[in-house]
Amino acid sequence: MSKSYTRPLDLKHGLVNLTHGSGGRAMAQLVSELFAAEFANDWLAQGNDQAILPPPGARIAIATDSHVISPLFFPGGDIGSLAVHGTVNDLAMGGATPLYLSAGFILEEGLPLADLARIVRSMAAAARDAGVAIVTGDTKVVERGKGDGVFISTTGVGVVADGVNLSGDQARPGDVILLSGTLGDHGMAVMSQRESLGFASPILSDSAALHTLAAELLAACPGLRLMRDPTRGGLATTLNEIAQQSGVGMRLQENAIPVQASVRAACEFLGLDPLYIANEGKLIAICPAEQAAAALAALQAHPLGQQAAIIGEVVADAHQFVRVATDFGGERLLDWLSGEMLPRIC
Amino acid sequence: MKYVDEFRRGDIARGMAAHIRTLVQPGRQYRLMEFCGGHTHAIARYGLTGLLPENIRLIHGPGCPVCVLPIGRVDSAIELALRPDVILCSYGDTLRVPASNKMSLYQARAKGADVRMVYSTKDALQIARDNPHKQVVFFAIGFETTTPPTALALLQARQEKLANFSVFCNHVLTPPAMRHLLAAGDAVELDGFIGPSHVSTVIGSAPYAAVATEFAKPVVIAGFEPLDVLQAVAMLVEQINAGRTEVETQFSRAVTLQGNDKARERVAQTMTLRDSFEWRGLGQVPHSALAIHPDFAEFDAELRFTLPYRHVADHKACECAAILRGQKQPQDCKVFGIVCTPDNPLGSCMVSSEGACAAHYHYGRFVQGATA
Repeated sequence: MSKSYTRPLDLKHGLVNLTHGSGGRAMAQLVSELFAAEFANDWLAQGNDQAILPPPGARIAIATDSHVISPLFFPGGDIGSLAVHGTVNDLAMGGATPLYLSAGFILEEGLPLADLARIVRSMAAAARDAGVAIVTGDTKVVERGKGDGVFISTTGVGVVADGVNLSGDQARPGDVILLSGTLGDHGMAVMSQRESLGFASPILSDSAALHTLAAELLAACPGLRLMRDPTRGGLATTLNEIAQQSGVGMRLQENAIPVQASVRAACEFLGLDPLYIANEGKLIAICPAEQAAAALAALQAHPLGQQAAIIGEVVADAHQFVRVATDFGGERLLDWLSGEMLPRIC
Repeated sequence: MKYVDEFRRGDIARGMAAHIRTLVQPGRQYRLMEFCGGHTHAIARYGLTGLLPENIRLIHGPGCPVCVLPIGRVDSAIELALRPDVILCSYGDTLRVPASNKMSLYQARAKGADVRMVYSTKDALQIARDNPHKQVVFFAIGFETTTPPTALALLQARQEKLANFSVFCNHVLTPPAMRHLLAAGDAVELDGFIGPSHVSTVIGSAPYAAVATEFAKPVVIAGFEPLDVLQAVAMLVEQINAGRTEVETQFSRAVTLQGNDKARERVAQTMTLRDSFEWRGLGQVPHSALAIHPDFAEFDAELRFTLPYRHVADHKACECAAILRGQKQPQDCKVFGIVCTPDNPLGSCMVSSEGACAAHYHYGRFVQGATA
């Protein structure tokens, strides 16, 4: 007897409905025709409730990240590629080589399947480029109005080589602070869409997987203390976190911090500070002063680090203040972000 | 950034600061109030105080739009926002202003209120067009700078017969507040004003003449960039040294004597002067605020909805009132940086980065090694 015919998913005009999350045929079809087809790898193909992976042979790093971005598509990326980059970067900042990802999807009833397909393809491409396999996943559908199109939660597993011990508590007075490139590109790219402000020169998100950049930095700078990606809260918040963890202060040079002219102008216009805006393809590195030149050269030699710069130094400070030396010869505090970043009125 | 970077050059700033040091007379005090929060922000952000000689003291004024908004008006806005048929729109900082019962518009949003942050009154009009079955209220706050866009929204709403749109008007006026500060019995000793920047582009420099002559205080209208502020300080020092009490305009690239006629006409057409209005920190100030003009009564949220006004006293420990009058500095307040922080503001001066307390907390508190 021949297999009965099932009409393929209508990826052009179809919409996500509640049956796609109910565990029945519609869900199985969504999984096989979209997720499994795009993410294709041997572990996923096992088709079980879990992926059984070979022994890693080194310490394991694990990181998880949930993505709830609006709009789903923005200049320079989308929620799919972001869901891969975000988790890959969290692993990479610990010096890990990312290997596997899991992906949990919460879909809102009514989401066009065409949008979902675009997101899944983008995710698959980002995973391929980063050399990670999406080995297991889950799909749920919530009623219309109870989600924001799609939420994606990814968990990543990677391995850390012996001798690599990066941690936020290792910054020491005298260390040098490096930044891999311009600040604020992602946040302003998203904001330009969200607020429908339509900037004349479109700003692209910097969303990218940083693990090869991180690996090259680590190879060139064996004394590296730590790496962090300044995502939400931007550079300011990330440096304050490190200062607190390490019990140190920091002193930055304002004019050494790279910010694209278009991002600076957009921030100026909206009354925002680029040092607090999210990035998705930049890293902060802290290393001993004598290795800073080698670290900077390694960053600048990588396509994602061409605009890398030394932006300041770690200092002893019981208050754990992050200070910025302004162009004016004065100093100001670079504080934690309080609440949500809101534009000023005047 | 063209026309911005030029006014932020550190080398020129250092030169100007050196020039100011040659101007000041030793043994003389120069107590200058920067009226606007925009100046307060620039001073803190660029660390200008540290560049000036010690006998120049910059005193923060009440010109921060969200700081002077009395709690009672925010309570009314929250009450409106919590109505299921209302979408309340306002500018960014306003959402965080603490009101009664630990509420703010942010909290109201968490309780289900539909509160939208807008960048422009145009956005509020669009929300009204998109939601014909909802009442869309624009919570209008700010000085003369933000008033003309509200006026335009009223005119546009009338033209489109946008029946579901209304304005909760809280616009306040600068010159009456300056006069009130100087006339008060316990007025802070001042030698001059750094005059408003954006406000003056609308109202012009003429309205400050009364302040300068009646109270014998020089006023220099200054731009919001750091070099503007430094140049204005130099101009004030020169006036004070010469015993002059004139209105001068440093911000001449944008401010004229009569201001923006078109903007003022539209405001006069759509709004009318209130007899009195409560300012946080200053109390009731006569003729210091605008209401919707009777001709536009159909768009007046205070008439469309019943909004009884209740005066609400500040938190007992909060020194916002004295700080807004220039009588105290943020670090003089017992709760500054301890109970009152930008994450958990007790008073409105800690809310906006233009507020004296928030500006000092964000940028300057390491100077006296305050609380970590």
